[in-house]
Amino acid sequence: MSNEARLSRRGLMARLLAGAGVVALAGCEKLSETTWFPRVLGLGEKVTYGVHRLILPRKAMAQEFTEADLSPDFRGNGTLMPNNPAYQALAAGSFADYRLEVGGLVQRPAAFSLAELRKLPSRAQITRHDCVEGWSAIGLWKGARLGALLEAVGLKPEARYVVFHCADPMEDDGTSPYYESVDLEDAFHPQTILAYDLNGKPLPIRNGAPLRLRLERQLGYKMAKYVMRLEVVADLSRIAGGKGGYWEDQGYEWYAGI
Amino acid sequence: MENFRRIMARGSAYGRQALLALAEYGRSALLGAGRLVRKSGAALRSGLERAREALRRAAPGGYLYYRHPLPVRIMHWCNVLLLATLLMSGLNIFNAHPALYWGRQSYDGAPPILEVVGRQSGAGELSGVTRLFGHDFTTTGFLGASVDPSGEMAERGFPSWLTLPDWQWLAMARRWHFFAAWLFVVNGLAFVAFAVASGHLRRDLLPTGRDLRATGKTIVAHLRFRHPRGEAARQYNVLQKGAYLAVIFCLLPLMILMGLGMSPAMDATSPGWVDAFGGRQSVRTIHFVVAWMLVLFVLVHVFMVIVSGFWNNLRSMITGNYRIHPEADHEQ
Repeated sequence: MSNEARLSRRGLMARLLAGAGVVALAGCEKLSETTWFPRVLGLGEKVTYGVHRLILPRKAMAQEFTEADLSPDFRGNGTLMPNNPAYQALAAGSFADYRLEVGGLVQRPAAFSLAELRKLPSRAQITRHDCVEGWSAIGLWKGARLGALLEAVGLKPEARYVVFHCADPMEDDGTSPYYESVDLEDAFHPQTILAYDLNGKPLPIRNGAPLRLRLERQLGYKMAKYVMRLEVVADLSRIAGGKGGYWEDQGYEWYAGI
Repeated sequence: MENFRRIMARGSAYGRQALLALAEYGRSALLGAGRLVRKSGAALRSGLERAREALRRAAPGGYLYYRHPLPVRIMHWCNVLLLATLLMSGLNIFNAHPALYWGRQSYDGAPPILEVVGRQSGAGELSGVTRLFGHDFTTTGFLGASVDPSGEMAERGFPSWLTLPDWQWLAMARRWHFFAAWLFVVNGLAFVAFAVASGHLRRDLLPTGRDLRATGKTIVAHLRFRHPRGEAARQYNVLQKGAYLAVIFCLLPLMILMGLGMSPAMDATSPGWVDAFGGRQSVRTIHFVVAWMLVLFVLVHVFMVIVSGFWNNLRSMITGNYRIHPEADHEQ
């Protein structure tokens, strides 16, 4: 082959390579906007969930810290004051009228006042809060063990998930209340608590007063704040967007272990 | 005899050097014929082999040496796609909180090591500021503030042309990142299995005693941009081997481990293991720094590919064949 022919073949190849790069990048943007491709990418979450459940012992504990590690000022993130008159009325009365409703696939639906929640078996733990954005903060949390609360109301055999319905609307017009869900393995984990205290004081409003979930082996967005009602369900598909949580309905992973 | 005819035909085109090859063939074949009485074909074949080798080496344009087997080539190009995806989606994830810390958490009172912010001036002008160890650098257009995909100046960590997706979209970036990460782990394990089983690791990657003794010479040759093109180009040199081994067995495993160190679930496999690396926020910082070390490796790698014979190197990673110029050792 002559040098000229080789050079032109190389020139063509270089242009093809550069073109392929541009097409690939533009293609990635287009792919992100289809419905099917993010679903394919979502296989990563299924593999992660499966592998984590396989290699992590059920009761494997998240790291706990000492008082020396506490963040001087535990950051509030997301909603800092729910835009919800009913909630604000409860807050004005120091949550004296607050009742946590527990229903769905349970034997004995119930409502718990804060005083009753404080009488349930509790746990205090100094743990690290990891936000999906990347930052971490360390706090001392005390709350009722979710497993003990679920045992108190009794689960029906078809129960699979616990859904947390919250007081904070995510839309400016007061709609789209925040919600979250966990499977029973996480619900009965010893560090999974409904926290009412942060750093030895009642939970501040910006951190989710009067009650928030602590789910120490997953990311922050799973730990619903302003929890008003627990609903035990067999599947998540008929609640809101059907993905098991407010952020999940926006495309975030339901399993937030990584 | 089919081979003999072919060698005759090709040999005539290669001239005098080929005649030498023929003579070599004749000598080998004669010797072989002598032994043929005792051991049939084997000796003849070895004679043929030697003749072919001599002919190849005598060819004026050099000869093609099969350097990269198919699995290595496939895994190499998978790596190109996966590492690019991981880097770009990773930078989009970084942009969700464009600050790095050292320690277990972000809010222990110490300022971030690195922080990228957008600042609005009184006149409404947006500028990008990068603060590294307390020193401010103006990085408008690249870090802190850059043009978003719609053409508007916006506050963002890394610019949109470096991130996947181009818009700030944490949920989608995470999907890309973890999907690619799993494929990358599978590809990496397949490579290590292949490299060990096929002898690629022992034969091509582990430095020999002779390699190590020639380290000084190799460094000098690199600094003078003299790269072997002849027989010496059949083997990786000691600097190449060192770089490849460091990336394959140090940087990439560290990268994966630091990724896992950010996972609150993996943290629970053995509580406290993350502290061995300084804590979760340190792990995030290491993940970021190692990512850029890998980018540096890729830049040097591509630079070396270009200066040591771009098309020859590129062909060898596509078809497997690398052209050896026997008379051209250490020649540009």
